[in-house]
Amino acid sequence: MNRLFRFALAALLLAAPACFAVSAQAQNTIIIGFTVSQTGAMQVDSAAQVGGFELWRDDVNAAGGIKIGGKSYMVKFVTYDDQSQGARVQQLYTRLIVEDKADFLFSPYSSGLVATAAVISEQNGKVMITTGAAEGKTYTLGNKYLFQIYSPADLYLTGALDALKSKKADATIALVYSDDPFSKAAAAAARDQAGQRNLKIVLDESYPPDQTDFSAIINKIVSAKPDGLLGGGHYPDGATLARQLHDQKAGVKWVTLFVAPDSPQFSQLGDAALGVTVPSQWAPQVTYKPDFGPTPADFAKRFQAKYNIAPAYFAAGGYAGGLVLQHAIEQAGSLDPEKVTAALNKIDVTTMFGRTKFSTDPASHGLQVAHSVILSQWQKKDGDLAKQVIWPLSAATSPILYPLP
Amino acid sequence: MLGLLASIVDGILVGTVYGMAAMGLTLIWGVMNVINLSHGALIVAGMFGLFLLSQAFGLSPYLSVVPMLVVGFVGGVALYWIAVHRTIGRPPLMSLLSTFAVNMMLIGLGTAIWGTSLFNVEVSLPGLSFGGYTFPGTHLMAAALTCVIAVLLYGFLQYTKPGKAIRAVSGNREAAELVGIPTRRVLAMAFGLGAALACVSGTLIATMFPFTVLAGSSYQLKSFVVTVLGGLGNPAGALLGGIALGLVEGLATPFMPVSWTSIIEFALFIVVLIAFPRGLFSFIFKRS
Repeated sequence: MNRLFRFALAALLLAAPACFAVSAQAQNTIIIGFTVSQTGAMQVDSAAQVGGFELWRDDVNAAGGIKIGGKSYMVKFVTYDDQSQGARVQQLYTRLIVEDKADFLFSPYSSGLVATAAVISEQNGKVMITTGAAEGKTYTLGNKYLFQIYSPADLYLTGALDALKSKKADATIALVYSDDPFSKAAAAAARDQAGQRNLKIVLDESYPPDQTDFSAIINKIVSAKPDGLLGGGHYPDGATLARQLHDQKAGVKWVTLFVAPDSPQFSQLGDAALGVTVPSQWAPQVTYKPDFGPTPADFAKRFQAKYNIAPAYFAAGGYAGGLVLQHAIEQAGSLDPEKVTAALNKIDVTTMFGRTKFSTDPASHGLQVAHSVILSQWQKKDGDLAKQVIWPLSAATSPILYPLP
Repeated sequence: MLGLLASIVDGILVGTVYGMAAMGLTLIWGVMNVINLSHGALIVAGMFGLFLLSQAFGLSPYLSVVPMLVVGFVGGVALYWIAVHRTIGRPPLMSLLSTFAVNMMLIGLGTAIWGTSLFNVEVSLPGLSFGGYTFPGTHLMAAALTCVIAVLLYGFLQYTKPGKAIRAVSGNREAAELVGIPTRRVLAMAFGLGAALACVSGTLIATMFPFTVLAGSSYQLKSFVVTVLGGLGNPAGALLGGIALGLVEGLATPFMPVSWTSIIEFALFIVVLIAFPRGLFSFIFKRS
């Protein structure tokens, strides 16, 4: 009896792990952690980015999950509200890594918050795909696991300067931008590039990111009489600046603002939105032919069907971040951070977002080197305001509207 | 030159509205020696009041001023009885903490309902153009309404019985009690009046600029600066202080980056605190 009992117990103990293995296999998950700005200045753009992440997750899970070595892994998100604050990002990413045991990380939205999250992700050796962050400085600080999906900030205004110069070769420029890491980086690059193109800068000023009264700056713009205004920041200040420029009849012939005009909400400004251009990471009308994943038109259609709003580049960037991570995991055939990193370092692919390739130079590891910035403009078509791609000319869907009506 | 003039005029226009925001703060301070730290929250209440009234009833923004005055007054009186009444005459820290707590509760409530996103009330009013520079119609209208309200307030304080009672209590509470003025009710009324002014200034600011639930703190800070410029307890001084602050902003901005204006404002604040502790305008209007 004793021997039989011991034999049965041994058999049970041997069989037990197999039972667990079966149940674990049915629930293989990859945990991706990130923070969302549900409140604060980054709320509008962050929400759009999350829409892109979630559409990707739903598509992947509907197709059975990410397949590695014969096993299927479902994607699960763990998210928190960072309130658009760096201090919260710091706490929450630490929590995502240590307590929630995230396998991979997506970034928050906006260069400032991403710089903070990057410190934490690098300290812990976690792969982070950054979307919604164009500032290039983050990648020059020495990193191994950061990968940027967006084109860097330096490229933002190149197209706008070229487009303006094509309309007026000796145009004068006013640079009026928000005092945050992304806008300052993009404006600094524009300063150099304007000089290279012999475009004179007649006003060069930054304003606090939470500014709501632009009348003093607009009076300065009227005094300086520039042909073009370049700058802005994120959604709240960009939309306010555009509105007040229109109300105060600043008379600028060309306006390029970061971020804000790309949001579908910008159309609520009505006539104040007409003619405003925005450097854009993506537009629904682009004709990239993807190596994998949906086409731009297909993505736009399904995003619209799910959220009842057209996708702007924030959402497309989010979706692309997911696609690229998925591809790298599949190529690596493993969830091991080192193997996935090696796969990411090697990729040169085209998705609905455009071409993606990361710098592997240690001085700028992770910087996006293959993706292009396009220029969109709000124009009236049959009486309705809509965004058209106007630059580069090879991708344009409509001629440039100049000067502003 | 024209640019400088435009800047000064616009600075004065907006400064008048800051002056009205400060009038509420200085009235409460002067009458009952209470620094109302929920002043910012009351301004935000005025902003969201305008938002709700224009959304729900499609009311013209300038007609909303009257209901907001009433709501602000009633809210202020309620606030007085709940949070301020028992702290009168006690150590100043008590009223500071009490009004601060009210501020936190109101802001918390606002954040829970509306989040911290930017709200905007569309008000289109033709502006006044002058050699390329345009003064937005909303700035002109807000400044004009502020002047009307300031005149009405002055008339109320100088010529009506409740107004005189307020001035009596702020001068000497015991003496006012002795002549039969119901000082507790007068204090409640004064707080209500101060709150109403803060609310209406928020409403007028909302017609000019977009706002968030957290926007009150920067206007509260400006109100402190203006209150010190104008002299404590001196509503007329507060209005003039607001205009002076607007003037300084208008003079400074054409010559330096816009981000420097806060530095100028607070440097002025410190200078006035040291050199003119009773305010720039205390020598014009005697406290009666």
